[in-house]
Amino acid sequence: MAQFSFLNDLNSAVRMDEPITKGPVPRWQKKTLEPSGGINSSLNLSKGKISASFNASSSGMPKTPKQSDAMAMKKTPSKTPKKSPGKTPSRTPTRTPSGGDRFIPSRTGTNFELGHYKLNQQENEREDDGLSPAQKDNRQAMKETLHGCDISQTRILAFQKKAPAPPEGYVNPLKVLYSQSKTPMSAKATSRYIPHAPDRILDAPEIVDDYYLNLIDWSSTNILAVALGNSVYLWNAATGNIDQLLELEGQDYVSSLNWIQEGNLLAVGTSLGCVQLWDATQNKRLRLMDGHSQRVASLSWNTFILSSGSRTGQIIHHDVRQREHQVALLSSHTQEVCGLKWSPDGKYLASGGNDNMLYIWSGIPGQASYQTTPLYSLSAHQAAVKALAWCPWAPHILASGGGTADRHIRFWNCNIGSCFNSIDTKSQVCGILWSSAFKEIISGHGFANNQLIIWKYPSMAKVAELTGHTARVLHLAMSPDNTTVLSAGADETLRLWKCFVPDPLKKKEVKDSAPIHSILKQSIR
Amino acid sequence: MTAVQQQTRNAITLKGSAKLVTDYLNYGINSILFQRGIYPPESFKAEEHFGLSILVSTDEKINEFLQSVLTQMKDWLMQEKIQKLSLVVTNTSTKEVLERWDFRLEYEKENVKEENGELVGNKELTVIQKEIKDVLRQICSTVSFLPLLDAPCEFDLHIYTKPDCEVPAEWNETGPCFIANSQELQLRSFSTSLHKMNTVVSYKTE
Repeated sequence: MAQFSFLNDLNSAVRMDEPITKGPVPRWQKKTLEPSGGINSSLNLSKGKISASFNASSSGMPKTPKQSDAMAMKKTPSKTPKKSPGKTPSRTPTRTPSGGDRFIPSRTGTNFELGHYKLNQQENEREDDGLSPAQKDNRQAMKETLHGCDISQTRILAFQKKAPAPPEGYVNPLKVLYSQSKTPMSAKATSRYIPHAPDRILDAPEIVDDYYLNLIDWSSTNILAVALGNSVYLWNAATGNIDQLLELEGQDYVSSLNWIQEGNLLAVGTSLGCVQLWDATQNKRLRLMDGHSQRVASLSWNTFILSSGSRTGQIIHHDVRQREHQVALLSSHTQEVCGLKWSPDGKYLASGGNDNMLYIWSGIPGQASYQTTPLYSLSAHQAAVKALAWCPWAPHILASGGGTADRHIRFWNCNIGSCFNSIDTKSQVCGILWSSAFKEIISGHGFANNQLIIWKYPSMAKVAELTGHTARVLHLAMSPDNTTVLSAGADETLRLWKCFVPDPLKKKEVKDSAPIHSILKQSIR
Repeated sequence: MTAVQQQTRNAITLKGSAKLVTDYLNYGINSILFQRGIYPPESFKAEEHFGLSILVSTDEKINEFLQSVLTQMKDWLMQEKIQKLSLVVTNTSTKEVLERWDFRLEYEKENVKEENGELVGNKELTVIQKEIKDVLRQICSTVSFLPLLDAPCEFDLHIYTKPDCEVPAEWNETGPCFIANSQELQLRSFSTSLHKMNTVVSYKTE
């Protein structure tokens, strides 16, 4: 570039026949003219224009460069038309090899972005008028979706007197839902030792991560049934042997399991709505019972009555001895029944659903007639009720736990149908078990800590927190000797926690006192 | 005679429909205030409505505010002036809009008859109540995915009306509220056969 202008200068100098005034301006003159006329004007007066043209050309807009080029050309002194503004910066350093008369523009002080914005703002406004009808329609549609209605046809009104702001210093208590912080333990240290690490970890590949299903159960004969995908496996806790009991075909998967009290029969609910009865000793299917149109998410035995709850919200009592097995249909729930438990004495059935309802149904043990209206409808939970557990030593007391939006464990006296205690656990409650030896309960939780918590009953003081699962705890089961808790997590592991192992010293005391008691009894007789 | 009785049992008047809609809004808004932790949970008490236990604020000022807005709204509902009601949750200190609950209204003309100078719909009350119950339950469950409102927040109610609406003295006009970078979720809708209510929550995504 520079050599061309140099060539031009040279050419004009070589033309000897023309008057000397048309020749190149003397160097000193050029210098005084150039900075004041050329550079200064381009930087100070048309600062914005130049920056606009630079920015626009870099962003590749077709219109603007032409316009601003023309403007810039106009602004540059007519005296030097050959020199386009683009050249000047590269030239100045060659012209001033040294010395204090250099003009160095201070670009830090110039606000190019603002200038660019101000320039384009006017252009944008102009563009708005020149929109095609299609573009206008598009813009209108955008506005309407943004506001939800045609804003130009609408008045937005607000009441002058506003609602009060929350009290000063108030912190949103829902923080617990999102944070990993541990809730404080009870101040009183417990005297017994609880191992904080699991005794064993078993793999449970392909366990369905679904809060609403009930996929593990531990029988009274010490066999643990686990449903993984479409298969059911039996793990003999005494020997460690694993047997596959069944495998469903096609898209069908196992959605619930429950052992009969005696421990030889396993009821299996499937995603297609079937209830199957399996003899675990012979690995043989005994019965297939239908009645549900959607998956069977919960099962509970009461002697020869098997109750099944499905996604439709219906609960069916099956009498497994009869040919016409369906003896009652309870349809109070409006959504999936995910928790179903008979009380240990068979007097009550508790059912919890995704409709946030907990129903208590009355049952008479040994009788096949059932009422189809609930004894109590309890609506205190704010989320799905899955975790249900009856107190082993007081058969009318029920503990129930709610889902993420609720997070409470509630205790119910089912003789009068009232809630006598509740505690916020700060996390989704997936399962509850009672320990009659220690008068404690253990609950399994989801986000954020995926822990198991042991609580003292009835004070509900926290005894221990067992962490280890890397995803939420889905199901809990208690070993038949009531010492070990098994938790199934969405991290595809089963963890065995020996948290209720009786103290050897205490055990002796119980053994000693028992014979004395019987002797006393005999002597009275 | 029996035919007449049958008809009256299944009928819902405009007044009744407006009452149902405002009842839904009242319990829906209370539920949001509790579930989103905007006010301390101690200031709420459980009440049984629509077969659900709903936590209703015991703060007098909040109730007074809600009552005055909703009674005015009921009048406008009868005149079909309202397009939607927005519950806007803003950060108290920065005034940034964090969440917006839109209760959009549509006026249904099908299945509506005029009897004795009154508009009457034909939907059964139990069905409507069940639909409302489902939406209220959904509002409760939103807490599991909506982002935490970490800073102290306040709420306001904006009513979007038609331009020809008479405005009492205590009402002001305001501008629309937007959430920068928002995500929208449509909840279930319900209909009283006269009014159709769509509930939408917009929240800020990080």
